[in-house]
Amino acid sequence: MSIVLKNISKRFGAFSALNNINLDIPDGDLVALLGPSGCGKTTLLRIIAGLEQADQGDVFLRGDNVTDKSVKNRHIGFVFQHYALFRHMTVFDNIAFGLRVKPHKDRPSEAVIRKLVHDLLNLVQLDWLHDRFPDQLSGGQRQRIALARALAVQPSVLLLDEPFGALDASVRKDLRLWLRHLHHELNVTTIFVTHDQEEAMEVASQIVVLNKGKIEQKGTPSEIYDSPSNDFVSHFIGQTNVFDLQKGDSVWLKSAGIVLDDAEGITAHVRPHHIGVEKLADSSASPIVLKDWQHLGATIRLELINEALNNPTKTIFAEMPSDQFKQLDLNKGDKVSLFIKHAHWFNLAKPEVPEAAADFYI
Amino acid sequence: MSQSNIMPGFRPTIGFTLIYLALIVLIPLSAMLLKTFQLSLDEYWAILTDPRVLASFRVSFGSALIAAAFSGIFGFIIAWTLVRYPFPGKKLFDALIDLPFALPTAVAGIVLAAIYEPKGWIGKLVMEAFGIQIAYKPLGIVFALIFIGLPFVVRTIEPVLQEFDKAMEEAAASLGATRLQTFVKVILPNILPAAITGFALAFARGVGEYGSVIFIAGNMPYVSEIVPLLIITKLEQYDYAGATAIGLTMLLISFLLLLSVNGLQWWVRRRSGQL
Repeated sequence: MSIVLKNISKRFGAFSALNNINLDIPDGDLVALLGPSGCGKTTLLRIIAGLEQADQGDVFLRGDNVTDKSVKNRHIGFVFQHYALFRHMTVFDNIAFGLRVKPHKDRPSEAVIRKLVHDLLNLVQLDWLHDRFPDQLSGGQRQRIALARALAVQPSVLLLDEPFGALDASVRKDLRLWLRHLHHELNVTTIFVTHDQEEAMEVASQIVVLNKGKIEQKGTPSEIYDSPSNDFVSHFIGQTNVFDLQKGDSVWLKSAGIVLDDAEGITAHVRPHHIGVEKLADSSASPIVLKDWQHLGATIRLELINEALNNPTKTIFAEMPSDQFKQLDLNKGDKVSLFIKHAHWFNLAKPEVPEAAADFYI
Repeated sequence: MSQSNIMPGFRPTIGFTLIYLALIVLIPLSAMLLKTFQLSLDEYWAILTDPRVLASFRVSFGSALIAAAFSGIFGFIIAWTLVRYPFPGKKLFDALIDLPFALPTAVAGIVLAAIYEPKGWIGKLVMEAFGIQIAYKPLGIVFALIFIGLPFVVRTIEPVLQEFDKAMEEAAASLGATRLQTFVKVILPNILPAAITGFALAFARGVGEYGSVIFIAGNMPYVSEIVPLLIITKLEQYDYAGATAIGLTMLLISFLLLLSVNGLQWWVRRRSGQL
């Protein structure tokens, strides 16, 4: 295990930022700490780095208890959300910093430093910028330099705090993929913090979902998406329609193909792409009408109004491939029938995930 | 100025700037220059090389430099404390820093002299403990000038420290830098331009300072007589040409020194990518 956290708790005044966090991260993993803002993910990352001290609990890096060690002695690489590059140094000097501050006996010669820095600059594909100052770089370039600087000291653990948070959408997309490839190449145990579930799904091999200072679920992106352990995770990862049986959505759900055996006090979460749509004649008695639709590229999102539903907006979101949408030849105001292929059930002692009959029509 | 700006008014503002400069700065200074030209070069040279005048130049510029250096160090520490640490009464303390700006300098001089004179509260203690006399010695001038110059340094460094991204310190520490390395290699270079500005302001103010110094200096010719006092003395003897000659020379030296400080400033900024 590269990183082990035992019973980490942290309070800021009366606010409990982290509550008994236990986490094991194996060597070479690329882990996302995912959660809404204020869930404690950045605090947890800073505690692992030693930039923040936990009130209780222990941090182990490579088997050593480093709880009482300062950040300087933990041999971690840390990348800050706003880069924190040294403004008064060139890109080259920024990356060389970690090597030049080593004690005399460990410090490589200037020639070795020069080679190492240029190797890193080539790794992040920015060697041509070596004599620029940080203020002369774009956001994406700065973040890559910050990463190169952190890698210069050959950390055994790389920690990134919202690394793409301050970048615009297109740069972010490129850098996500780039980070994943870089991780493949270097195989450094890496943790990054994000509030963006898409980013976590796309980059990480393991996702840790945090909420209100607790770990809600830990798993691979497909585990988290396909079998969320509770309604928070299901809600936070991807879009979902929520149906509440207590408020009387059961009649409608039954008609949409859901089997409801002992359905006291449960909610059903249905992903938009788990809802099938069929066009009906205008004379049909179906309570569901297509209100609007949006083109999301390969998929079409349908905004459906269901008068039989009890949530205040009476809206259901469904998604389908755009080819299928064309075949259906749907227009705004058309009456439709729905069938639910799959739902996640929560608020039960033991959540179960019943598979609905896929060929059931209203 | 064909470029269209949101705010109009290049012409009136540049006009105002030039008129202001002429009325308040250029015309008085050229009057001084003209007055000096009443003297021949030999006379001018004779006034300047008078041992008493030379000694006063040494006292004025020397004590201003030393005081500005100390103001720089003390001011940095005070600005650091005010920006970095919360403590009770911080707002009050912060307001006190500006007091030397507002206080009539003569009042400051009298108070400083009373406290630091050999029989004063602190002067007595220092006299007994170290045998050093502060007031009525050149050391007294330095004390007065530190008092006057300190707020300049604090007020120029404070906003820069406030803006300083603490994540840079954390980054340095995460890369293995010691506290000293972090300070010397990361914090100091970012603060240095502001510190130099503060130093230059404190120095310029110190060279021209009159009110607070004359009460504490002792004003012994050749030892603790400052240039401004010498100018006043000449004026009182109706030696206007002599007074302006010394004044002009002082102005030239101050201008050259400030110019070189600006040059140093430019060099530091350029080297650290802040230009």
